[in-house]
Amino acid sequence: MILNGKCPEGPLHEKWDIRRHELKLVSPANRRKFKIIVVGTGLAGASAAATLGELGYNVEAFCYQDSARRAHSIAAQGGINAAKNYPNDGDSIYHLFYDTIKGGDFRAREANVYRLAMISNNIIDQCVAQGVPFARDYAGYLDNRSFGGAQVSRTFYARGQTGQQLLLGAYSALSRQVKAGTVKLFPRTEMLDLVVIDGEAKGIIVRDLVTGEIRAHCADAVCLCTGGYSNVFYLSTNAMGCNVTATFRAYKKGAYFANPCFTQIHPTCIPVSGDYQSKLTLMSESLRNDGRVWVPKKAGDKRPPQEIPEDERDYFLERKYPSYGNLAPRDISSRAAKEVCDEGRGVGPGGRGVYLDFADAIRRLGENTIRQRYGNLFEMYERITGEDAYKQPMRIYPAPHYTMGGLWVDYNLQSNIEGLFVLGEANFSDHGANRLGASALMQGLADGYFIIPYTIADYLAKTKADKASINHPEFKKSLDAVSSNIKRLLSIKGKRTVNEFHRELGKIMWDNVGMARSEASLKKALAEIPLLREDFWKNVRVTGTDLELNQELEKAGRVADFLEFAELMAWDALHRNESCGGHFRVEFQMPDGEAKRNDEDFCYVAAWQYKGEGVMPELHKEPLVFESIKLAVRSYK
Amino acid sequence: MMNLTLLVWRQKNANDKGRFEKYEAKNINHEMSFLEMLDVVNEELIKEGKEPIAFDHDCREGICGMCSQVINGVPHGPLEKTTVCQLHMRHFKDGDVIYIEPWRAKAFPIIKDLIVDRSALDRIIQAGGYISVHTGGVPDANAILIPKEDADAAMDAAECIGCGACVAACPNGSAMLFTAAKVMHLAKLPQGKIEAFRRVCLMTEAMQKEGFGACSNHYECQAACPKGIKVSFISGLNREFIKAQLRSK
Repeated sequence: MILNGKCPEGPLHEKWDIRRHELKLVSPANRRKFKIIVVGTGLAGASAAATLGELGYNVEAFCYQDSARRAHSIAAQGGINAAKNYPNDGDSIYHLFYDTIKGGDFRAREANVYRLAMISNNIIDQCVAQGVPFARDYAGYLDNRSFGGAQVSRTFYARGQTGQQLLLGAYSALSRQVKAGTVKLFPRTEMLDLVVIDGEAKGIIVRDLVTGEIRAHCADAVCLCTGGYSNVFYLSTNAMGCNVTATFRAYKKGAYFANPCFTQIHPTCIPVSGDYQSKLTLMSESLRNDGRVWVPKKAGDKRPPQEIPEDERDYFLERKYPSYGNLAPRDISSRAAKEVCDEGRGVGPGGRGVYLDFADAIRRLGENTIRQRYGNLFEMYERITGEDAYKQPMRIYPAPHYTMGGLWVDYNLQSNIEGLFVLGEANFSDHGANRLGASALMQGLADGYFIIPYTIADYLAKTKADKASINHPEFKKSLDAVSSNIKRLLSIKGKRTVNEFHRELGKIMWDNVGMARSEASLKKALAEIPLLREDFWKNVRVTGTDLELNQELEKAGRVADFLEFAELMAWDALHRNESCGGHFRVEFQMPDGEAKRNDEDFCYVAAWQYKGEGVMPELHKEPLVFESIKLAVRSYK
Repeated sequence: MMNLTLLVWRQKNANDKGRFEKYEAKNINHEMSFLEMLDVVNEELIKEGKEPIAFDHDCREGICGMCSQVINGVPHGPLEKTTVCQLHMRHFKDGDVIYIEPWRAKAFPIIKDLIVDRSALDRIIQAGGYISVHTGGVPDANAILIPKEDADAAMDAAECIGCGACVAACPNGSAMLFTAAKVMHLAKLPQGKIEAFRRVCLMTEAMQKEGFGACSNHYECQAACPKGIKVSFISGLNREFIKAQLRSK
């Protein structure tokens, strides 16, 4: 089937206005008759729930953490992009749009990305009004810095904790609505199924993580704001609880999953130190403003970094990408780091690391300035590694960080299931095959504050309030399926722990569906994943019972979904016979090793429809039409 | 590699009395984080068919505020300005005996083992910890000028991760540092000044209603705070509160 993104007709810069004019409204008196479920309370979820509550809808918001303030958006460090052009350095909405779509290797929808760039400015205004303490200069104006893939300074930041401050802003707006009675919060509650009645999303099944109770919640529409699936790699920069369950269960209920193979490996993370490792820690991309990335020119050079003279160092990003240098985009920087390590020039234990060196910046600006800019990041680095990055270069290595793929949505952020809206990282819409730094925060908040309030009204205006009831047989069916899945997990009583399976899956994915993929590696993964899944369902040991707080049971459910989802990722990667953005197929590269895109055959969104466990899903294509820009080779040289 | 003896608080649920149980943590690598050490212990327990130790954790990079353990009597353990998840085993020695307990405070009932219910902190924020602005219709971001010193001071307060270590450290189980951080974050900013008096009264009232104790200047909260939030914010809170009381008279 050819999918239609339903973008409005008209000139690029007028599309969103045209659409807003077309969208139906719900009057204030009628809004309180509608109930909306929002799953996830990160930037997208919290901003959506708060804004919909302000408008007068009845909102129920769910998160698995003990407080809405702890969603993983909180860990975003560097900043948020906006086309304000306060520094007068040549920025514009069009520039932000073009950088983002080029950064995504021309695999995103033009109209969506342009809307995102337009809305970026409103986000900064909104956050400042909420009291987000962005960095300022001595005259009291907002300060900006640069991020990868851009030649202007358009990134707003709050020290190294921008995500935290933006999330606390959205959380405060959400808290205000809780007090107003428009939003009801359900923390420590996990969504385990989507309920679809006559083709429309009408509710969810959840598990209360404290009591273990399985419960149905019905609503007139459902918004999934449940983040990405980087934890399919086991080791990633995501929080331990981040998972694919909500979006994957929606996929099993008929929602299409788009571009699952588009995953981002972030170049600046602290390298793995041992087998016990439970997660990887990101060092903000902003460090690349002042840090220089290098490795020794000679393979196997074991000298300490201070003893390697300047002419025996290879500043490989500056060498390969002179115009962007150390601020080359994430996918490109990551691959370059992998390449030099594959050549045996990596540093640190195991040789999987490159230096990020601040010595020049410290000489130029003084240690104090560097401390002011990145003090908290240097402290974090020292806590984890025991090394002082003011005295010796940091060691960094790429790690899974963000997933551009997600549930397919149209321009209104509605999936192919009516009434199911997907926001933030959970959808696929704006970043194409690679996301630029400081754009995730922008998208989460754009979706939640400024897009969903308009588009969800259009859907609600066309439906009748209170049609759904938890007495409908579909709810009963879902409740039974969820309960029996839990019983099944607890009854296996095998020999291997959930973590062991997760770690093994992660290794399969990292080795075969990671930074470089080939037909052979993907086929290998597709052979290994079902075997591991089979072993899981025979051999996993889940301790405890269902009617209590049971963290092993929570993990087991999430890992079970990853074990199915991983296959979908590999299928998608295998079908996409091109290299683009974060998806690098070794068979498709330029003579100089850069990604070789195939616009003739693959200039489309791949949206997959579930056909049963272990069965190849059906591919639907949404052709990407570029009306305003020309497809170009993505060069940062 | 080192071997440790752990004495961990185990409590099946809110109604259980709870007790310390002893575990041996063997072959612990110095590079591990404290929570990774507990992961290793838990994996062993599961293999023996025993229930693993339940503890809250999520981001494991010191920002989400989920992790919450009292290690040898100190919330978040011995290292200054460090959450449990960022505490690494290189700060311990072979043969150490380590006591691990949950946050203990009247307002934080224990749910299971090391997990407590901190929803009281959310309710303090819900009482008034925000600027009452709707989405949309706000001025341009640079129309509100904020002196750098004020923006920096607001950020110093806003860095609070809401973990509740301040409450756990306080002999009175007071949430003054938490509440002060939010009140002062907003009071330092021009946008927040308009509702400042109302806010401080509502939040203080909510804090008392939740069963948190009063502040009697022990400063244990500041010592335990993983983000280095200063007790001077509590003086600020008191000042804001008195100003608000005088105004309402």
